[in-house]
Amino acid sequence: MVLVYIDQADQQIKKSSLEAMSYGAALAKQLGCDVAALVLGTVQDNLAELGKSGAQKVYHLKNETLNSLDVKLHSTLIANAAKNVNATVVVFANNINGKAIAPAVSVKLEAGLVTGASSLPNTENGFVVTKTVFSGKAFASIQIETPIKVIAINQNSFGVVAYDTSATVEELNIPIPTASIKITKLEKVEGEIPLTEASLVVSGGRGLKGPENWGILLDLAKSLGAATACSRPVSDTDWRPHHEHVGQTGIQIAPNLYIAIGISGAIQHLAGVNRSKTIVVINKDPEAPFFKAADYGVVGDAFEVVPALTSAILKMKSTA
Amino acid sequence: MKILVCISKTPDTTAKIAFTEGNTKFDENGVQWIINPFDEWYALVKAIELKEKDPSAIIHLVTVGTADAEPIIRKALALGGDEAIRINSNSNDSFYVAKQIATIAKEGSYDIIFTGKETIDYNSASIGSMLSAILDLPLVSLANQLDLNGNTATVRREIEGGEETCEVNLPVVISCQKGMAEQRIPNMRGIMAARSKPLKVLEPIEASATTSIKKFDIPVAKSGVKLVDPANMDELVRLLKEEAKVI
Ligand SMILES: Cc1cc2nc3c(=O)[nH]c(=O)nc-3n(C[C@H](O)[C@H](O)[C@H](O)COP(=O)(O)OP(=O)(O)OC[C@H]3O[C@@H](n4cnc5c(N)ncnc54)[C@H](O)[C@@H]3O)c2cc1C
Repeated sequence: MVLVYIDQADQQIKKSSLEAMSYGAALAKQLGCDVAALVLGTVQDNLAELGKSGAQKVYHLKNETLNSLDVKLHSTLIANAAKNVNATVVVFANNINGKAIAPAVSVKLEAGLVTGASSLPNTENGFVVTKTVFSGKAFASIQIETPIKVIAINQNSFGVVAYDTSATVEELNIPIPTASIKITKLEKVEGEIPLTEASLVVSGGRGLKGPENWGILLDLAKSLGAATACSRPVSDTDWRPHHEHVGQTGIQIAPNLYIAIGISGAIQHLAGVNRSKTIVVINKDPEAPFFKAADYGVVGDAFEVVPALTSAILKMKSTA
Repeated sequence: MKILVCISKTPDTTAKIAFTEGNTKFDENGVQWIINPFDEWYALVKAIELKEKDPSAIIHLVTVGTADAEPIIRKALALGGDEAIRINSNSNDSFYVAKQIATIAKEGSYDIIFTGKETIDYNSASIGSMLSAILDLPLVSLANQLDLNGNTATVRREIEGGEETCEVNLPVVISCQKGMAEQRIPNMRGIMAARSKPLKVLEPIEASATTSIKKFDIPVAKSGVKLVDPANMDELVRLLKEEAKVI
């Protein structure tokens, strides 16, 4: 059995978990076994709908205390559930919560772990999973040596596969250990698209000169429905919040489209974004190293190019 | 209060990433080694800040690595920390490393165990979480702020879709990221003092690796940039829609 942990944020199932579900379903098919989802907490989604991403069965432990992340608690419950259903592989989304829980679960199951997996394992001869290493500058093929395996699949690398089925939901009734941490304050990022989930990202660097100039970037992001990111010096100087800092020492993302505006393309920056499917670079310096990593480039002044691009997108959207 | 800071050695961020022996080994030729930035800038400096507030606090550093990890451990000691422990072993598998550190952690009965959010080479982000499971301690991951009040830590952390503040009783494992502290540069006094700080070398305990690396690959380079006339953004939109099919 492949068991997929379905994570939630604010009682909603995230896209990264649906991707993990589809990954788990494909893996189960490859291994010739069943696949089930495990949901902890109270979620607003209709759980039978997880069938549309590949689940045959959904195990649900409905309890409000599980809505916020408590790694000690969650990993214990997930590991127990995995043992109960004889899971041979447990799959997580390699998102913030999945990354935190998966290693603890692997310890509890005495399972080998690969986080940041980028594709289905090769099971012809053993169980070899490819993952990104060196912040995206290379891939490593990792053999998992243990009977039970734990995999956290990178966001936006496998995609959500549409299935035409509905899953059966089984409510679990197991006692919940006491929480190890107490949440005292929650600050949601309101209305913004979380960077790691976004398929379109618009990012700005020092070339934008100052925080007062971010309007043109935000307009572009809005026209596309994109999330916003920035280079490290931009967040270091508080022009933009820390959670927008992408790169080797920030967060690593792999959207379908990354538009870099006024960013030189230093190696540490590229490390966080080079897995993006398509990269557009807007920079006034034709020698900027970022152009070497780009699919499309515009050599020009961001203050002219970006508003023009926004207009062109709005025009395209209004005629589409 | 006793604090344990986990320190990892990683290639410099500008190091050329290449592989040898039929792409099975990282090519260390000419590579400069640094303290993993998340360990140095956030975990270690936060521990030092706590000691500045409470001078009775004791900071131990631990690394799993062979003798060539000593320069970076000395550098860490120059920033701060009272003594360091090096477990004399390769560090190829996260579980193996976590087992080694857990042994030290158990013996030292630390109140706080700090790790960085991940290493910049293998990016597994697993040691903190594994330690918490082996030691049966709470974990606060991706912490970006921490205040101590007696036996309770108030920690702000990143979660999916936002941030939250939580309270947790010590002992606890905390993985640190940006915001937690500010990078510091070691000063001359620190560098001198580090020379005489104890650096204990211990042999690893028996533990089996759960994974092994079979090979490495370098992603295929982009085929070349297509330049678009800055006066023709309609063309860029067309390319993104029809050629790249991303919007
Ligand atoms: C250990 C370490 C870790 C690091 N980690 C990261 C990381 O995680 N992420 C990260 O981003 N950086 C990181 N850095 C920093 C990195 O080396 C670069 O310094 C940084 O990425 C540069 O940011 P930038 O491109 O915004 O600024 P700059 O390098 O100053 O580039 C600004 C660019 O804007 C262009 N420009 C200027 N005016 C205009 C205009 N009007 N229109 C269009 N273009 C214009 C310029 O031609 C230039 O290319 C790290 C560095 C170190 C040493």
